[in-house]
Amino acid sequence: MTKTCVDPKKARKILDRYPSGDGTSLIHALQDIQAEFGYVPCEAAELLCEHLSVPISKAFSAATFYKAFSLEPKGDVVIRVCTGTACHIRGAQTLVDELCSILNVAPGKTTKDLKFTLETVNCVGACAMAPVVSLNGEYHGNVQPGTMSKKIRGGK
Amino acid sequence: MRIATVQSLKVAAKKARSERESIKTEVLVCAGTGCLANGSLAVVESLERSICSRKLTAELKLGLKTTGCHGFCEKGPLVVIQPKGIFYKGVKPKDVKEIIEKTLISGEVIERLLYRDPNTKERIEEYTEIPFYSRQLRIALRNIGKIDPGSIDDYIAVGGYAGLATALTEMTPEEVIDSITKSGLRGRGGGGFPAGRKWKTCRNAPAETRYVLCNADEGDPGAFMDRSICEGDPHAVIEGMVIGAWAVGANSGSIYVREEYPLAVKHLQLAIDQAREKGFLGDDILGSGFSYDVHIARGGGAFVCGESSALMKSVAGEVGEPRAKYIHSVIRGLHDQPTVLNNVETWANVPWIINEGAEKFATLGTGKSTGTKAFSLVGKVKNTGLVEVPMGITLREIIFEIGGGIIGDRPFKAVQTGGPSGGCLPEDKLDLPVDFDTLTEAGSMMGSGGMIVMDDRTCMVDTARYFLEFLVDESCGKCIPCREGVHQLHCILEDICAGEGQPGDIEKIESLSDVIVSASLCALGKSAPNPILSTLRYFRNEYEAHINDGKCAAGVCRNLFSFEISEEACVGCGLCIKACPVDSILGEKKEVHRINGKTCTRCGACRNICAVDAIKVV
Repeated sequence: MTKTCVDPKKARKILDRYPSGDGTSLIHALQDIQAEFGYVPCEAAELLCEHLSVPISKAFSAATFYKAFSLEPKGDVVIRVCTGTACHIRGAQTLVDELCSILNVAPGKTTKDLKFTLETVNCVGACAMAPVVSLNGEYHGNVQPGTMSKKIRGGK
Repeated sequence: MRIATVQSLKVAAKKARSERESIKTEVLVCAGTGCLANGSLAVVESLERSICSRKLTAELKLGLKTTGCHGFCEKGPLVVIQPKGIFYKGVKPKDVKEIIEKTLISGEVIERLLYRDPNTKERIEEYTEIPFYSRQLRIALRNIGKIDPGSIDDYIAVGGYAGLATALTEMTPEEVIDSITKSGLRGRGGGGFPAGRKWKTCRNAPAETRYVLCNADEGDPGAFMDRSICEGDPHAVIEGMVIGAWAVGANSGSIYVREEYPLAVKHLQLAIDQAREKGFLGDDILGSGFSYDVHIARGGGAFVCGESSALMKSVAGEVGEPRAKYIHSVIRGLHDQPTVLNNVETWANVPWIINEGAEKFATLGTGKSTGTKAFSLVGKVKNTGLVEVPMGITLREIIFEIGGGIIGDRPFKAVQTGGPSGGCLPEDKLDLPVDFDTLTEAGSMMGSGGMIVMDDRTCMVDTARYFLEFLVDESCGKCIPCREGVHQLHCILEDICAGEGQPGDIEKIESLSDVIVSASLCALGKSAPNPILSTLRYFRNEYEAHINDGKCAAGVCRNLFSFEISEEACVGCGLCIKACPVDSILGEKKEVHRINGKTCTRCGACRNICAVDAIKVV
């Protein structure tokens, strides 16, 4: 987990929604933390575990098991390449490879300047427009090799 | 306002219907995820603005509605104008003015916005006559595209919650279970377990508390039926669940929704709030004394949580690892209490069965697979979208009649059903009837309804590798056969696709698969080798060509082929030169182009764009 400055007040506010000592709220609380900070900061997880009386290993286990959680901060632009089956057979892998080489990061990682995060997603259900890439939630359909790179370069 | 009795529901339905009938012309704009991505919201806004500013609502008795997914996602944004059923596709905000003036005011049809049949080249006016729709039979999707999913009154106007009223006041729980059993309804999530039997076991299990849950964690890549139902007709799911809860004697439950579906979560939450306000959820539903309430549990993005025991752990706030099912979850499920879990599509069928009768449902489909099934028809097919057909229809009818055949009329190679647990079927299986048992016999499975069509440019070894990669990522890691075995299978396939396959690899795959199938803890592991086993069964020659000849004829595995431009076919148009992201194609206009094999990355952009099929795989 990355150590960064986290506003403890914001974290406290989330914790107060859950009764102390109630370990069953762990995942819901983690979801709230993820929504608030865009990732699960180490300090927030520590505060949460103390509050719920669960070992920090449990938070780590849940945060690494579910894809919804990230232990690292995300970039300003989150690029998600859909790699569902329909997108795969229409060339999603080529797009992933291309974005990896342009941004010089592996899927799931963020560029050092915190500008871009490259992710793959199993299916966004927009199979009719395959292959699909979303930039901060905005969908781009029928993406051909070479066209996406220009968009990213433009923003860089 | 709360609807406290069956009588007041009837009054409310009558009022809602008469309000609907007072509208002379209704403009329905699809706002499913596909159309939204294509810009349907801008069309809605533009329509709203123009209709308001010209005060057409009162003058023309006009209604404007945003609806759930119409299914024909390929052609979005879609606009349907009722009662005539005029179907406009690919509508842009700039078309709005013309639609209002010509169609809404003067009653004319705008030719260029109509759907054109690719085979007959004729423009088709009404959507019921478009082959994509005319061959369908919609039960689970009955209201989608017709009602506003954000309005409970709209749902009540089309007969919503009437099934619940019948079940609560005219039937005993046992009679409801009998009816579902007689209908032959089987779970639509993949397993195909008879719903009636599941409910009965749960009801008979001794316990104080029981739960009724809905699985909306639609994890199969390439499947979006359940998402469309949650987005387009959320009340049908809730009504089905309350009927189910009455039948088994449950008072609470959850809908477990995939977090990648934000719109579905939003619409379900809105529907739950409305249903509570009207008294269809909560205490003393319709004055029956029966109580049931439902909450949304957001999934954390783990495929394995579609498995029943993992899902229940996740709902309870734990890591979603499956358990051995010596005791089924209908006996000991959520919080160790008897639990019924069905998926979205199954629940959406329930109110229809109560309203229309189990016999009517049972006459549809085939002997052991009754009713209909929704599929998301995707991949290399012309009409991509959401379809619902009676069970027993052939794969050929779905792909070639409803789907319109293969993009670019290329040769059909395979159809993949059942998601990562399913398999690929070749051309000679196209005439098989689609039902639970036939597909399983053929080495695939019905699954939740993803149907991915593949052409000759799809490599079957790569497809198997793709699914294995997915499963390696999604294996929860609890049992060794799945965690290590699937990983090893994936390593072997990676090697084969990279051109490093060894003689004997196929035999290794087969024996390892055998162990994984026999020894894994849950269905994810047990079915993980299916994508390989089915492709080996029908496309063994492709594996052999990869290993022995170092060739990938489909032009997918990049170390095993190169592109060449056919001198006879190339017309020198320059399209490929423009498309090439690494400037590896050279040539003057109207002269044969050439590919520089040294710098070519084999991305296929040239092949995708070439209009004369001049790019060949060698």
